[in-house]
Amino acid sequence: MHAHLILKDGTIFRGRAPLGFGGGGEAVFTTAMAGYQEILTDPSFAGQMVCMTFPEQGIYGIHADLNEGTRPWATGLLCRRLTFAPDHTRSEGDLPAWLKRHHIPVMTDLDTRALTQHLRDQGAQPSLIWTELDGSLDAGVAKAKALPDMTGQALCAEVSCKDRYELNPDGAFRVAVLDGGIKLSILDQLVGAGLHLEVFPWDAPATELAAKRFHGLFLSNGPGDPAALPGMQKEVEACIGKLPIFGICLGHQLLGQAFGGRTFKLKFGHRGANQPVHDLMTGRIEITAQNHGFAVDEASLPKDVEVTHRHLSDGTVEGLRHTRLPIFSLQHHPEASPGPHDAHPAFNRFVALLQEFHHA
Amino acid sequence: MPKRTDLKSVLVLGSGPIQIGQACEFDYSGTQALKALREEGIRTILLNSNPASIMTDPGRADATYIEPLTLGVLEKIIEAEQPDAILPTVGGQTALNLAMEAHESGLLERAGVRLIGAQPEAINRGEDRQLFKALMDGLGLETCRGGFAHNMGEARDLLKLTGFPAIIRPSFTLGGSGGGIAYNVDEFETIVARGLDLSPTKQVLIEESILGWKEFELEVVRDLDDNVEVICSIENLDPMGIHTGDSITVAPALTLTDPEYQRMRDAALAVIRAVGVETGGSNIQFALEPETSRIIVIEMNPRVSRSSALASKATGFPIAWVATKLALGYRLWELPNAITRMTKAAFEPVLDYVVVKMPRFTFEKFPQADKVLGTQMKSVGEVMAIGRSFQEALQKAVRSLEESHKGISGALEGKLDLGRLKEHLLIPGPQRIFWVYHALKAGHSVEELHRLTRITPWFLREIEEIVVLEGRLRSFPVDRLPEELLEKAKRAGFADDQISVFCSGTEAEVAARRDKLGLRPAYKRVDTCAGEFLAETPYLYGTWEDYSEASPTDRPKAIVLGSGPNRIGQGVEFDCCCVQAVEAIRASGVEAILINCNPETVSTDFDTSDRLYFEPLTYEHVKAVVDREAAGGKLLGVFAQFGGQTPLKLASPLHAAGVKLLGTPLNTILDAEDRERFGQALKRLDIPAPAWGMATSYEQAKDIAQRLAYPVMVRPSFVLGGRAMAVVFDDAGLEKYMREAVAVSNDQPILLDRFLDGAQELDIDVVCDGEQVVIAGLLAHIEEAGIHSGDSYAVIPALGVPEEILETVKGYARKLALDLGVLGLMNLQFAVKDGIAYCLEANPRASRTVPFVSKATNVDWAGVAARIGLGQSLKQQGITDGVPRAVSVKGVVFPFAKFPGVDPVLGPEMKSTGEVMGIGDTFGEAYAKALLAAGIPLPLSGTVFLTVNDRDKARLPELAQKLVALGFGLCATEGTARTLEASGLKVRKIFKVNEGRPNAVDLLKNGEVQWVINTPLGRDAFFDESAIRREALRLKIPCLTNLSAALAACEAVETLRGEMKVRAIQSLG
Repeated sequence: MHAHLILKDGTIFRGRAPLGFGGGGEAVFTTAMAGYQEILTDPSFAGQMVCMTFPEQGIYGIHADLNEGTRPWATGLLCRRLTFAPDHTRSEGDLPAWLKRHHIPVMTDLDTRALTQHLRDQGAQPSLIWTELDGSLDAGVAKAKALPDMTGQALCAEVSCKDRYELNPDGAFRVAVLDGGIKLSILDQLVGAGLHLEVFPWDAPATELAAKRFHGLFLSNGPGDPAALPGMQKEVEACIGKLPIFGICLGHQLLGQAFGGRTFKLKFGHRGANQPVHDLMTGRIEITAQNHGFAVDEASLPKDVEVTHRHLSDGTVEGLRHTRLPIFSLQHHPEASPGPHDAHPAFNRFVALLQEFHHA
Repeated sequence: MPKRTDLKSVLVLGSGPIQIGQACEFDYSGTQALKALREEGIRTILLNSNPASIMTDPGRADATYIEPLTLGVLEKIIEAEQPDAILPTVGGQTALNLAMEAHESGLLERAGVRLIGAQPEAINRGEDRQLFKALMDGLGLETCRGGFAHNMGEARDLLKLTGFPAIIRPSFTLGGSGGGIAYNVDEFETIVARGLDLSPTKQVLIEESILGWKEFELEVVRDLDDNVEVICSIENLDPMGIHTGDSITVAPALTLTDPEYQRMRDAALAVIRAVGVETGGSNIQFALEPETSRIIVIEMNPRVSRSSALASKATGFPIAWVATKLALGYRLWELPNAITRMTKAAFEPVLDYVVVKMPRFTFEKFPQADKVLGTQMKSVGEVMAIGRSFQEALQKAVRSLEESHKGISGALEGKLDLGRLKEHLLIPGPQRIFWVYHALKAGHSVEELHRLTRITPWFLREIEEIVVLEGRLRSFPVDRLPEELLEKAKRAGFADDQISVFCSGTEAEVAARRDKLGLRPAYKRVDTCAGEFLAETPYLYGTWEDYSEASPTDRPKAIVLGSGPNRIGQGVEFDCCCVQAVEAIRASGVEAILINCNPETVSTDFDTSDRLYFEPLTYEHVKAVVDREAAGGKLLGVFAQFGGQTPLKLASPLHAAGVKLLGTPLNTILDAEDRERFGQALKRLDIPAPAWGMATSYEQAKDIAQRLAYPVMVRPSFVLGGRAMAVVFDDAGLEKYMREAVAVSNDQPILLDRFLDGAQELDIDVVCDGEQVVIAGLLAHIEEAGIHSGDSYAVIPALGVPEEILETVKGYARKLALDLGVLGLMNLQFAVKDGIAYCLEANPRASRTVPFVSKATNVDWAGVAARIGLGQSLKQQGITDGVPRAVSVKGVVFPFAKFPGVDPVLGPEMKSTGEVMGIGDTFGEAYAKALLAAGIPLPLSGTVFLTVNDRDKARLPELAQKLVALGFGLCATEGTARTLEASGLKVRKIFKVNEGRPNAVDLLKNGEVQWVINTPLGRDAFFDESAIRREALRLKIPCLTNLSAALAACEAVETLRGEMKVRAIQSLG
């Protein structure tokens, strides 16, 4: 079926909607060449339609062990080509059928490179997949113009767990996990590092998160605008100084705010599996997986918070550490999935921090 | 700031002549390395014996030694230049081996010179399979079951471990040469014996078969701070069992899940760290068993490789340049990403397109060669294509091969024997992908094809979609092709002329239909970052989408057409001409735009030209670029004279479409290329030519041959590199030739020329601006007429040829160039017999010898020609006849060692893959060096085995006396011995192969013969002689098949006994 991608700024790209229905969300692009399933199920992509810059998608199908969330959270897939008959000995189905089952719209035959360049230059923005059945293009453009921006959107409630649960009760340290939309591979890495986890919904209060039984607190990734989550920020602030804390992505941004800093929206974000991060503590480079549209404003941070990691391309903050308290955070995704494993040692760094704090 | 500041001068080792397994990718890497060093103010010294390369052009290094890549030469250069370090990692296996030899001999330590890039210990760990295997075990990475054997006994023991099929690879050989797959005991013993022999360390690796597994490569770089990144992943479409150089490959890896890919990446990082490659690029190969995802490390190259060149072109990331900077101590994050300029080299490139590489084979040159593909590389070149889908890139790659396939659908048409389908699918040959297509078309299932070929089903399904599209296209006439279908077809890589076949129209009609529907190609940038950052780099490819980037500039501009894939007859020398031309154009203030599809070359580096279009060199693709560029600024025209025969073939259709050719006009090209018209010109100008005729049947040919008198030279009328050319001596030979050749020539007429037996051949390159003609160089062949000029050794100045003949030839060349209206370069070939110079042919373009002549005379002749095309006269340029600065001999190398079944004998059909240059004060010195550089170290003493044909018997005593005077003993077979004895020489008589024992081959095997001089006797003695030549080749005993060359070699032996001098070309006269 013919379809158009209509951006809020009125720009239109032609293509097809092979599943026969459209949809909407913030159009963002990721340059990760593989890993569509991990990306689509990553709760941080909630509310977003992801443009995959690599033109061939769906080649190896859908796998039971590649989910990063309980279902696909992205609200659309924008791509150039889609494989309908996938090829992998352990594949359990094809990407189009899986998307259809979850009613996630997909657009193919797009000039994804032109779209990517447009988003790069004009910024990520709300958009619609508008099919032949949806009415006139003019109507679509009018509808797109009225779409709300991502700035100011609080989306954690939608993707977070509803009830507290435990993982790996035999773990050496007991860690509270604040789930703002946590990726399953982060849980895997924390468990793999030997931690006993109690996972709390996004709105858990500090009194629970910093309860006496916990050796540490982990703040997860998640979707939306961190500045739109004053409640979470307040609870995190209340935890500071009570126990060791490690935050990733949204968790990192919440910490930045809790320290008194500000966050801001990047023009088109960092999304991909090839992002170079300079570790200022070792002087070395890590190639990392990233997925964020907002960043912590370095100038707004207090003196006792130190920048430990910096993005090599634009110099934005990629890691923070408190100079006196056992707290650190990373903007990028050390669990990768999809992406390179260079930053994996961050989880051991957390364990080492817990050890130091509790045995020293 | 780089960590090291102690390096003031660096010696770069090149890779020597082009050969199978080591082609012009090392011209690309060496050229980038020199650039990277000079940017740092480091004095650069280059050693490379290959005159056809760009890197040996005088401006590329501070001191360029075009000398043999031997330890002795290296020692002398180190002595003269006192470099601080040697960079051994950009010159392929040849450079690495020489560096290791220098290390092991103690030379490096003695001279206080270090290796940079990779240390000897790391090179050893990477290259020595035994050390490597142990290292992998230590890392917990899997390798193949198996081990090393140093003799047949050990090999048999290992066989118990591996079972059949067993893979055998000799250690330290080029392109895995001498390896193979054994399915039974006989094959096993044969391959092991050959491998033990070819390995310089007398060691072979014997391993379990992982045939049919998926094969991957990762290109990895590392800096001194241990930052490691993967530049590119490559997936082989052809599964394990076929050498990666002979495989169709895609980038990036397509069929892996992210966890699978990341496991491979983790392993690659662990490998480069453990091997300890300090800095720079490495290539690591993996196999993956699809059913289990089990990953095995196959091997690593601790240096820049053929795949690095591919990865550089596939991603836009200049691996060799970066690797060199890293060797100087820069960290990855300190280096700019040369493409985006805003970001750093510390990142992993991402693609938003699919790249397909295909190998280019030349089995037609070696009909006796085994065409089955295995672990030993057999292709001589490659092409790369970029598309926004695998289908598009695949079809573009097929077209780029220039094997006259319009796309994947066109090949094999007419010679398809579906009865042999299974065989062609099961046993991989150079055309298997086309069999796959036709099998799908015939209704065979993807599953069945996967079973037979082990090609990953995804690729097969994509090809099946192309089949389906072909079927849909076939149901429409051109003028009713629906827009949606046509767009889909273009996006799947179909060419206009491919579609025209399905729809019973012409290429022009399909193009017109497209135009009417508004379907035009869009051009996209290769930018390393999938559009994430703004890039200005003018590295473009065409595809079928809505938005084009990189609008044409408003400058005056000229397009240079490249030379496509390397093949025998058209190799790096044409790339060298293109690059010289591009640089001259840029220096003239004109924008230089280059179109080419060969990923190995300097010309396809993104910063060689102002704009690079990485596209197939076919009419449709070239015309589309012309149209696009003509839309802005002032397009002066297109140069078709620098890329060999490839662009010349496009001259006619481009001209017909109203595209202006720069330099030599089309009419002149046709006057020179068309035998009839050329004959008229010669007659008009009173220039002698051998009598000739044209025939389409044996009867006609016989009449002509009788008129010309045997022997006659025969060939199809439109050929390159002497394809299917032969000398025939009688009616029987002619009949056989006509039967076979007519098939090759597609029913084009066969040319018959009077063969000037024993004539002296001359090669002359001239440049003409319409008013004046300048002689670039005049070369005398060392072998007499009958051997293709590309296979002949040749000397400049043309020593031994009387001055008045040379003047006559120059006069003829001047007259012809002016009369034909050449604007730019022309190459002419003459044969001199009985004091008369006959003109054999003219090529109105840069020739194979231009780079060699450039080095000998220190003039960029292709640049001169380009400037003429832009309107600058020779006078304005201040160019006069080239003056050779020393005696220079061009030598050649052959691929016979890769084709065990092929008789290593020379003739009018070109067989060499590359050339070398020897420079000296005397002919003897230059020739000795050329032989040495070509891997033929002449013996200084011992016994010479002589067997010559009747025609050569007259000159035999002269040769024999020289040999005796040099202290050689002689042995010969009956006939030759009688001639020698008649002139009073002492000679040991030995049996021919079928006469008794011990025979000639026994003597060779027993080490009793150090040198073979054998001029072919004709068909009667064919088997006997070919056995001798093959044995000599196997034992690496020099074997000359030509008397003139043998006489020249006597002079060379004298030189070799004395002290050999080395000189930088910058220091010559």
